Amino acid sequence: MQDITRADVEDFLFAEAELLDEWRLPEWLELFTEDAIYYVPSTDVPADSSPDKNLFYVADDRFRLSERVKRLMKRTAHAEFPHSRTRHLVSNVRIRSRSDSEMEVGAAFITYRTKDGITDTYFGSNRYRLVAENGRLRIREKRCLLDSEGLRTQGRVSIIL
Amino acid sequence: MNAFQRMNTALMVDEARQIFKVSRQAFVDPDILEAERMRIFDKCWLYLGHASELPKPGDFVTRQVGGRNILFARDAKGILRAMFNTCPHRGAQVCREKHGNAKSFQCFYHGWVFGLDGALRSQPGEASYAPDFKERSTSNMQHVPRFETYRDFCFVCFDRNAETLDAYLGAVKEYLDIVGDQAEAGMTIVGGTQEYSMRANWKLLTENSIDGYHALTTHATYFDYLKATNGGLVPVPLEGAALDLGNGHAVLEYKAPWGRPVAQWVPMWGDEGKREIDRLYQGLVARFGEERARRIALFNRNLFVFPNLVVNDIMAVTIRTYYPHAPDFMTVSAWALAPKEETDWARKYRLFNFLEFLGPGGFATPDDVEALEQCQRGFRNATEAQWNDISKGMGKDIPAYDDELQMRAFWSNWNKHVFAASA
Repeated sequence: MQDITRADVEDFLFAEAELLDEWRLPEWLELFTEDAIYYVPSTDVPADSSPDKNLFYVADDRFRLSERVKRLMKRTAHAEFPHSRTRHLVSNVRIRSRSDSEMEVGAAFITYRTKDGITDTYFGSNRYRLVAENGRLRIREKRCLLDSEGLRTQGRVSIIL
Repeated sequence: MNAFQRMNTALMVDEARQIFKVSRQAFVDPDILEAERMRIFDKCWLYLGHASELPKPGDFVTRQVGGRNILFARDAKGILRAMFNTCPHRGAQVCREKHGNAKSFQCFYHGWVFGLDGALRSQPGEASYAPDFKERSTSNMQHVPRFETYRDFCFVCFDRNAETLDAYLGAVKEYLDIVGDQAEAGMTIVGGTQEYSMRANWKLLTENSIDGYHALTTHATYFDYLKATNGGLVPVPLEGAALDLGNGHAVLEYKAPWGRPVAQWVPMWGDEGKREIDRLYQGLVARFGEERARRIALFNRNLFVFPNLVVNDIMAVTIRTYYPHAPDFMTVSAWALAPKEETDWARKYRLFNFLEFLGPGGFATPDDVEALEQCQRGFRNATEAQWNDISKGMGKDIPAYDDELQMRAFWSNWNKHVFAASA
């Protein structure tokens, strides 16, 4: 991981955002390692809380994340049918720490979701644990820390943040 | 007063012909919301919180209940206090944190300091006040008119003359007992609150929370997911009954194929889970006998307490309450309730289970939000397309969990309250 630059990480995160905005969720899922986790904690617990002890909004292991993707691609995922339109903006990208096998990355985000004439804004920071697999970056953990107080007025996290 | 209110009812009911309709004006009319504020939220017992949220003296939470800002604290003697979060001096909110632990509360505006029980302790420039100023009750933070608890469920009521909480809850108590009896050492709120909102009338969430009819269509993807988990389901059919508990309260009690942390095992939980679930079940049998143990362990309950409290004891236990801010907008708060002394395994799987279905990031609730918001959109046609139908199961002696008796119980009581003054 020592030779990976911030520009490499930014390219990776911008590509991730594009996959989400284009609803290419099965491809997006391929960015994750087989032991990956995806968390959206509730907003009144500390940032490093565990979903084993605290109620989150989302706490997916890799299996459930793959099921989330399957669900979102179905017509019967009513909250996202027809698909909302989204724009994931990624900024303030920083490599927080790195070891030989893994790096911790922080990035601020603003995500707009629009559907049925209503636009909601999600904002906060994403904390990633990234690894290199076969010369490519992969996500082992994505922890999405919302800055808002709860989900008022967004009401749901039916999209991937 | 508009034409709708002159009707003195929002319901069209004909038992013989199995007709039960609700006017869609009840979901869109601002005058109705005003009437609900005065005749329901100012009169009924409202859920404030769970005693386990304030384990130690000095613990507090601030919370909006029925449009008021409440400071809910455990005082130095360990007594729970529910106070209006406003300074008796000039009105500022005294406590501005959502939760924490304090030795006293200080209003930052002019520096008045209050004890954990709300009594005024000191204020700058005391010499300029009457000698007995601190002894006057009007110098203290004001307590809510009524504060009572049942099995750690804490309620407030803004009507000084209301019946007791015990009388108000009535038959609901049996179902809160079933929740409370799940753990010998008591139940606790787990850290983390789900706070969200819906662009929909609050009564739509009442209906939805006790609606067994929508499960298989609205939540098709949830059942797809359970099937995909390879062992997430057991061969138990969805079946059970709906009960009108009086006072507008209602419950669904039914069997379902999903795992329950207390205590229905599913193969996905493996041998470790089987041992744990068996142990929990045997504990229930030892404490309550086989029959009650079965009821606690193997039946699900969606409990509705009028007007806006839901305690769903399903694939996990959730407490949910919600308030209108406009006819087409509500805020929702939801918590997870769990046995205080459950094992790490059980807590982990309980929360994992919770998030599969429940909450705004789950595999089900977002679709409920969508359904309710789509209903609200549909009500834009309420001038011409005027009525909701909730007649399902009217002809039966014992309506099923997926009939609509429980909604009729809610609406009948709602109608009685809202049109009481003009009836």
